[in-house]
Amino acid sequence: MAGFIGKRLVLSLITLLLLSIIVFVGSQVLPGDVGRNILGPFADQQAVDALNEQLGANESLISQYLDWIGGVLTLDMGDSLAFRRPVQEVLGDALVNSAKLALLAFIIVVPLSIAGGVYAALREGSTRDRLISLGGLSATAVPDFVWAVLLILVFSLVLGILPATATAPPESGFFTQVEYLILPAFCLVFVLFGYIARMARAGTIEALDADYTRTAVIKGLPQRTVVRRHVLRNSLLPTIAVIATQCGYLIGGLLVIETIFNYQGIGQSLFRAAQEKDFPLLQSGVMIVGIVYLVATLLADIAYSVLNPRVRLAQES
Amino acid sequence: MSTASVDTGLPAPAAPAGDAERAAQRERFALLRSSKTFLVGAGILGIFVICAIFGEALAPDDPYATNPLNDLAAPSSDHWFGTDRVGRDVFSRVIVGARDILVVAPAATLLGTVIGTALGLITGYYRGAVDDVVSRVIDAFLAIPVVILGILAITALGPSNLTVIIVIGVVFAPVIARTVRAAVLQEREMEYVAAAQLRNEKAPYVMFAEILPNVMGPVMVEFTVRLGYAVFTVATLSFLGFGIQPPAPDWGVQVYEHYGLISGGYWWPVLFPALAIGILVIAVNMIADGIAKAFER
Amino acid sequence: MSAAPAATAHALELDALEVAYRVRGQWRRVLRGVSLQIAEGESYGLVGESGCGKSTAAFAALRYLPRNGRVSSGGIRVAGEDLLAMSDADVRRLRATKVSMVYQNPTSALNPAIRIGEQVAEVFTIQGSSEDEAGDRAREMLEKVQISDPAGVMRRYPHQLSGGMNQRVIIAMALAKDPALLILDEPTTGLDATVESEVLDLVAAMRKEFSSSVLFISHSLEVIARMCDRVGVLYAGRVVEEGPVGEVFDNPRHPYAVGLLRCIPRGGARKDKGRLDTIPGFLPGLGAELAGCVFADRCGLVQDICREKEPDLLDVGNDHTSRCHFHEKAQSLPRVESPAPVKSEAADGDGTPILLTRNMRKTFHQDGHDVRAVEDLTLELGEGETLGLVGESGSGKTTLARLLLGLTEPDEGSIVELDGRQLAGKISKRDREQVRAVQIVFQNPDAALNRRFSIHRIIARALTMLVGTKGTAMESRLQDLAHSVRFDVRLIRQRPAQLSGGLKQRVAIARAFAGEPRVVVCDEPTSALDVSVQAAILNLLAELQAEKGTAYLFISHDLGVVRYLSDRIAVLYLGRLMELGDAETVFGPPQHPYTEALLSAVPQADGKPRPRIRLEGEIPSHADPPSGCVFHTRCPRYIGDICRDEEPELKEVEPGHHWRCHYSAEELRELQQTAPPQREESAP
Repeated sequence: MAGFIGKRLVLSLITLLLLSIIVFVGSQVLPGDVGRNILGPFADQQAVDALNEQLGANESLISQYLDWIGGVLTLDMGDSLAFRRPVQEVLGDALVNSAKLALLAFIIVVPLSIAGGVYAALREGSTRDRLISLGGLSATAVPDFVWAVLLILVFSLVLGILPATATAPPESGFFTQVEYLILPAFCLVFVLFGYIARMARAGTIEALDADYTRTAVIKGLPQRTVVRRHVLRNSLLPTIAVIATQCGYLIGGLLVIETIFNYQGIGQSLFRAAQEKDFPLLQSGVMIVGIVYLVATLLADIAYSVLNPRVRLAQES
Repeated sequence: MSTASVDTGLPAPAAPAGDAERAAQRERFALLRSSKTFLVGAGILGIFVICAIFGEALAPDDPYATNPLNDLAAPSSDHWFGTDRVGRDVFSRVIVGARDILVVAPAATLLGTVIGTALGLITGYYRGAVDDVVSRVIDAFLAIPVVILGILAITALGPSNLTVIIVIGVVFAPVIARTVRAAVLQEREMEYVAAAQLRNEKAPYVMFAEILPNVMGPVMVEFTVRLGYAVFTVATLSFLGFGIQPPAPDWGVQVYEHYGLISGGYWWPVLFPALAIGILVIAVNMIADGIAKAFER
Repeated sequence: MSAAPAATAHALELDALEVAYRVRGQWRRVLRGVSLQIAEGESYGLVGESGCGKSTAAFAALRYLPRNGRVSSGGIRVAGEDLLAMSDADVRRLRATKVSMVYQNPTSALNPAIRIGEQVAEVFTIQGSSEDEAGDRAREMLEKVQISDPAGVMRRYPHQLSGGMNQRVIIAMALAKDPALLILDEPTTGLDATVESEVLDLVAAMRKEFSSSVLFISHSLEVIARMCDRVGVLYAGRVVEEGPVGEVFDNPRHPYAVGLLRCIPRGGARKDKGRLDTIPGFLPGLGAELAGCVFADRCGLVQDICREKEPDLLDVGNDHTSRCHFHEKAQSLPRVESPAPVKSEAADGDGTPILLTRNMRKTFHQDGHDVRAVEDLTLELGEGETLGLVGESGSGKTTLARLLLGLTEPDEGSIVELDGRQLAGKISKRDREQVRAVQIVFQNPDAALNRRFSIHRIIARALTMLVGTKGTAMESRLQDLAHSVRFDVRLIRQRPAQLSGGLKQRVAIARAFAGEPRVVVCDEPTSALDVSVQAAILNLLAELQAEKGTAYLFISHDLGVVRYLSDRIAVLYLGRLMELGDAETVFGPPQHPYTEALLSAVPQADGKPRPRIRLEGEIPSHADPPSGCVFHTRCPRYIGDICRDEEPELKEVEPGHHWRCHYSAEELRELQQTAPPQREESAP
């Protein structure tokens, strides 16, 4: 198994490298002159040139790339133009905020969707099954801002029980923070539920049809024991892989949710960076997001291989 | 040698040859037609399509006509959905807004499916070095959230409907390629591929003439699923201001222009377009679900 | 083994059982009024081809039918208890204590995420044992099934063990509850011949020890003959003949049984001694509506009464019954195929072989190991001759086929020649003449024909690419090909999914012959087909060869089939050629020790006991082959250090007869007059 993890690690690093190149090249394609963007359209051309020189915008692409990568690795990523603070500070704070929101959403969605998926599988073909499957998928496909709008309307405007923003007043206690984060978290829950539930359902159905389940039933085990002891272990394995890839959607969802709920997370930071052409923040921000995603998938792969004896132990002759 | 052939069409098939295949097709369509989810979804989609085609004829008012004096009027018998912040009739805008999204989303999905299928076929068939390299690049792309990629690309290329189509199409291609690749890997193990190689068929022939027809099932299912996501993404991009641009009556744009006003109690310019998006997406999903079930057999 | 007296309750009683499945909205009958009794301690075999309903009968005995299945009428009694009247809890109790089942694919029958020990112990914990107690008893059971390291095996997961080992575990699980009835459904299909033999021996031994009754389901008459006391022949959900095993096989009284027995190449049948007979028509589809006798459509003795009135099970004497109006005449069933042998252009060794390979070697790189799949192989194939390739899993026979065809590239130094000219290792580098000269018929026609193409397109494409014909010339050539494989041209526009297995395989053969090949590799061409269809395909292959002088490289695990068709035989073990010679020579002494063991493992349809040679251990891994002679670790005729230290060369020990062994022909001829000392076991 160590060999397997080692291989995955190497592959992840390669992907990471490719990602950095893509991000760098991508941002070079964005129109605009860095110096001009900072100083504005009315500044003196000489000043713009001097600033560009200072920022290293005239260096060769390769050295710019290396500078940047070096910066990312040493956590010195330059200054954010939009926030007028060092990029790493902006990103650091944003990541912490987003993490809180994401964690809350995960804690709710993972058990819910797995339970939902398994339940649907056990009643395959019934109305309850179709409802969960279809409902879940529809919920996922409805854009998060639509959910946000609906939830805000119902809970904030009409019922008035939950706040319409996510940023709690500073120095708020734990529960107050959660109160503020509930609505945005549920938007994320709606988005993530469908896909995870579908995988859990598919995995459970496949396990239910398997030969080894038949063996268990023929042994005389009651249905509940069969499911608990024989089916679930095998059906939930593919679901783990899926949860990790949902990180990708999660981050995309964060962008929209944080914007609507006015929450200073990584999504909103990236959005502002794109709007205001804040290259340092944008480049490093996207890179960080990519790293988070790749780490998540790597962890999922490792978890999968630990839990799946077929990968963990090779076949002996 | 006996002419009473063993295990050959005796007794001869009652119907002319080829009929069984058509019967299976008919069975599938009958299944579709009887599936309630499919019918409801298709019905809803049908309504939206009519709105898209005949928009202006059905709308009571000109969706672009501003009337600043009557801005943000609540829903009434004059304006069923109320008016927006520059006095335009929300109901008309919702109807006409169907057009842009029903053109852009399917076009983008089609583009993505075509590119993605080709990529999936190539990586699945060749495996080895080609597969490794392309898969790594695809992985790298997948690490960046779709929305962010979309924003960046559109900033670079300038927002227009065509740009949105191309960007979303290109961004969806890797995901579709993934699924197609998995299906191709399974097909590749089958001996008919080896049989083709034994006729010294060229690689493009094997990929597109032999393997592709067998993965069309998953491809079609992917298409319908991605269509839902395409609607999602187009709406989201418009909402963020990076997609379809105002003053187009696109639903995402409408939400974008008005969501800040919710706290002021002006819910109608936001709710109705948002509901329209939601209902369209659900309808597309119901159709996708129906198709997947029918073609499962 | 004689049947126990019927005074005590039968282990299993099926009483006019009717089972139906709902397919696409329609209920279709699968079992039509099946009645049978299995007495205590008796072993009953249920034999039939695909779709006859035998597995359904097995599952019904456990009341385990899928959601779309139901018992329409009739009764099932297990150990005296009425299964259909029971509550769910009682059914579970019955499954936990009285009935066990062992079925195909042992590795997938075990839960991949749970250790073996836990799975076996579960049988005991259901009945209330504590965990420790259950663990101990589990280990005892594993010892009983002759697993040498029970504690070690208990800690492992199923994927870490071989198929044969897993089947032992399942047998242990099945017998752990000391059941009244043990059901076995094709338990050895898919296992190697030697492993199959061991598993069957184990079942027989366990039966003696536990005195369970056995319901043994198989499509293989030879296996049933070996394992059972009585047999029921199932056709289209009906028992058409029943009686003691020896009686039924020596003196069949139903046209279907007669036909079936004629289809099997046994007792040394060969193509140049006589053609195999076949059964005309098709196996009925699932739940087909059949008026009168279920076999009427295909019966050579059919009369009007057969279609009007279904016969009852008539007593024939000796506890033997048959469902036929004309059972006395059954054995005079007219032959479908003429019994004349297939006249072949004798492999008259004019010297130049069509296809030859020298020093063939193929190494795969897996997980950092070098795996030598084929080692130093040298073979020749003459014009119009059939070379049978025999070997178990890991022998390299499939790899060899792929190497010859150019689908896999051999290692440096390997030579493949066609008509004296060297062939490129990769098929893409061969010219059209060479490509069409060497073709293949695959085992599985479902995977070998593109299911989206019509038959017409499949064959036409082969003609276009291999021969270059187009237009009307191609159409007429296509018709000729279809006729030559006896494929009804009216079906030419259909797709493979609409055709039966036999028809599909004919198409595959037609495709292979499209370019008038010199050599056709047949890779288990009949293994996926029913017995009655198999005979037709073998006849077809023999005829085509006689007509066109094509050479065959015939790969099969079924020794009877190989013997029928082959002129010469090559025996492979772990990628090396162990023996090579004329078919008759290889099948009789003196022979290589591995061949000897292989042959002794094959159950013969006449059920006569043979000294069985058991091979200890498992087939060694390619990555780490044994030193010296690769077979020495399991060889029952092991001499001593020389076998371990020195790998024998492939020597010609008699004219035209080669083997790779340190013994000479005279030595082995002498030795093989008696079975090898320690490992002899004769069949019960």
